[in-house]
Amino acid sequence: MDGPDTIPPVFLEGVTKTFRGHLGIGRTVAVDGLSLSTEPGEIFGLVGPNGAGKTTTLKMMLGLIRADRGEVRLLGRPPSDPTARERIGFLPENPYFYDYLTAQEFLDFYGRLKGMGAAARRTRVGEQLERVGLARHGGTALRKFSKGMIQRLGLAQAILDDPELLILDEPMSGLDPVGRREVRDIILSFRAAGRAVFFSSHILQDAELICDRVGILRGGKLKSVGRLDSLISRQVRWFEVAVQGAVPEMPGVESLSSSGSETLVRVPDVETLTRLLASAQQSGGKVLSVWPSRETLEDLFMKEVAEPPGEDAR
Amino acid sequence: MSAGRSPRTLRAIQGIALNTFREAIRDRILYLLLVFALVLIGVSRALSQLTVGSEEKIVKDLGLSAISIFGVLTAVFLGVSLVFKEVDKRTIFTLLANPVRRWHFIVGKYLGLLVVLTMNVVLMTAVLAAILVGESVVAMLPAVALILVELALITAWAILFSCFTNPILAAVGTIAVYVVGHMSWSFELLKNRIPSGWTSVVCDVLYWVLPNLSLLDIKAEVVHGVAVPASTMGLAVLYGLTYSCVVLIVACAVFERRDFN
Repeated sequence: MDGPDTIPPVFLEGVTKTFRGHLGIGRTVAVDGLSLSTEPGEIFGLVGPNGAGKTTTLKMMLGLIRADRGEVRLLGRPPSDPTARERIGFLPENPYFYDYLTAQEFLDFYGRLKGMGAAARRTRVGEQLERVGLARHGGTALRKFSKGMIQRLGLAQAILDDPELLILDEPMSGLDPVGRREVRDIILSFRAAGRAVFFSSHILQDAELICDRVGILRGGKLKSVGRLDSLISRQVRWFEVAVQGAVPEMPGVESLSSSGSETLVRVPDVETLTRLLASAQQSGGKVLSVWPSRETLEDLFMKEVAEPPGEDAR
Repeated sequence: MSAGRSPRTLRAIQGIALNTFREAIRDRILYLLLVFALVLIGVSRALSQLTVGSEEKIVKDLGLSAISIFGVLTAVFLGVSLVFKEVDKRTIFTLLANPVRRWHFIVGKYLGLLVVLTMNVVLMTAVLAAILVGESVVAMLPAVALILVELALITAWAILFSCFTNPILAAVGTIAVYVVGHMSWSFELLKNRIPSGWTSVVCDVLYWVLPNLSLLDIKAEVVHGVAVPASTMGLAVLYGLTYSCVVLIVACAVFERRDFN
């Protein structure tokens, strides 16, 4: 029997969802036999191109859409069970909230929905507005909020009751670099507190920065899943060297671009790099920068999604 | 995390009802309809001068009709978009991601709008009572009570339609129910005049499925001072509230089956 610390925050087994077209004509398989499981205290990122099935997956997890087949469990319970939902926080993609409410009224409303008492709501609403940088806007009607402010407020409602599992759909969408950094910090603080985070994103840099594990979804199917360090090789693939002056001819060194007296070259390995640096120095050239290129999540992503469509034809 | 919990169901329904109430009272259409109604009730005194000897009846008749019609229009205009708007603007996503059952949402929406309608009716009745100053307004109250029951019933239909169609079709459907509901006696009449067959069965089905709103209409009796027995009142209230509950249960069942894409 699983204890509370070993129950997967998110458990999906063979989950499939098909949408019918207008008048029941045609059908689209949005999610196809998706199986994955997250671990307590980890940040899991579900990445994929637009239309990959990320939002549909999240909606099935929350019970907003019913899966045609398969099993969905949140914190060990089916999403239809409100007791599962009382321990989660959710932020949808491009959220829209009640524009006739003020930020305080809005959070108070969600506090009621989460079952919080009046005293708890008073305290937590103020705390969360402070946390997302909206403390000065508590009495402002949401119709006057910018997209970024709405996103922050959405995050405040998601974390209002300190949930065990935070589910975020494209949480960085609509945020400026400062806002993205703040959201990343909040997500990381959740992990630090032993909470689990499950988020979808197509901004790979964000996923790479904060995720413990990622799943790559394409055409409703999971193409890869695992820890970032197991999916991505951290070894240096090549070096990019910017040289001022003449670049010595050398086997394996490939010129990428040049501008004035500066040339950018690709160097295949450390040995060649050492010889290039020595040779450039001897010939009076100047090495401006050396940048080691490692595989990124984006490289893996492009590799996975660049497969011919026939690979996962449905 | 669980500090300060109270019965979850009640708190969720209260929260949704309060939000619906706030939405309605911050909606301009409510005030537009209310002003029209109050103006109509106000000018009923002037219109009553056109007749001799029945001024009070004219004021009561026009006043009660205004309360009923503007109440129904408010129920329709606000009610038909209650559920639709939440789905259309995707606020339903975050709302149902909370520990809220779908029927909590429907019942909360319904109760929130009923509170608004009750406040409207009370306000309109107060204005009518002020115009009828010095004359008995207590006799009007049974008619006002049944108008409220009728509004409860119409609101339930508006919410049911709002669960599966857009506001325009929902408004057409709800108004059709209101109009046909006041003429449900005609199905009985029609049935007796046509040969038995499938049309007769249709008349029977419509008679039993659609509400019989004439049971909730005692305006004429009140205006003309005809006493309405308490048992008739009680049965009418029981009928209206039971019917509303059934429609609301159907609305909850429809909403329960929906996917929110």
